[in-house]
Amino acid sequence: MNGVTFREKDGSLIASLTGELDHCLAVSVRERIDAEFYKRMPKELLLDLSGVSFMDSSGLGLIMGRYSVCGNCGKGFALIGADERAVRILSLAGLDKTVAIRKE
Amino acid sequence: MKNKPINEMKLYISAVPENEALARACVSRFVSTADPTVSELADIRCAVSEAVTNCVVHAYRDKPGEIYINAKLYAGRKVTLTVADKGCGIADIGLAMTPLYTTDRENERSGMGFAIMQSFSDKMKVSSKPGAGTRVFMEKYLR
Repeated sequence: MNGVTFREKDGSLIASLTGELDHCLAVSVRERIDAEFYKRMPKELLLDLSGVSFMDSSGLGLIMGRYSVCGNCGKGFALIGADERAVRILSLAGLDKTVAIRKE
Repeated sequence: MKNKPINEMKLYISAVPENEALARACVSRFVSTADPTVSELADIRCAVSEAVTNCVVHAYRDKPGEIYINAKLYAGRKVTLTVADKGCGIADIGLAMTPLYTTDRENERSGMGFAIMQSFSDKMKVSSKPGAGTRVFMEKYLR
């Protein structure tokens, strides 16, 4: 629903994004992800990109922002479900070196 | 002698976030007529998205404005794309094009827009005049 859904697994909060992760979507889901994160304070936030069909630098901004929010709270952050295309864009910004990218 | 395009699309759209997807869809459909690879099409979609987002976010800064998109297809499988606005312009293009540089960290802009456009096209040129607007030209050869 509306670009992001949430579920918890083993103390991790999984935010699953769906649709095209551009500026339009990034702005609309950013606050909702943060609100859910602060409410639940999970041990880590997993951003699930498996439902994302497109991503540009606005997606990078969203990822960098959540990485920073989690880091500031001493919580973990990782990406799951990132396809080859998303990883290529992440690597252009060097984010593949700093952000954990997991299969699941 | 200047080559004439074999196909051309001109598009004027309002500078609103909802039109980022519209611009991608239109350019993508236009380029599809040349039977690009999945990867080439993805590169072009991303490049146009970056250029249009720059117009919405930076050129007009959420104020009303118009974005002009011109896509051309040439013999030899060359695609050119121009995205222009009449927004605030860029004072220092070199600085704006520096990877990770952004004037809008507060709104979580990554500063990677130009780097992505550059990486996903074969040639890119940015011209701008403060107060008058910005024009991004990109060229890409399809296999």
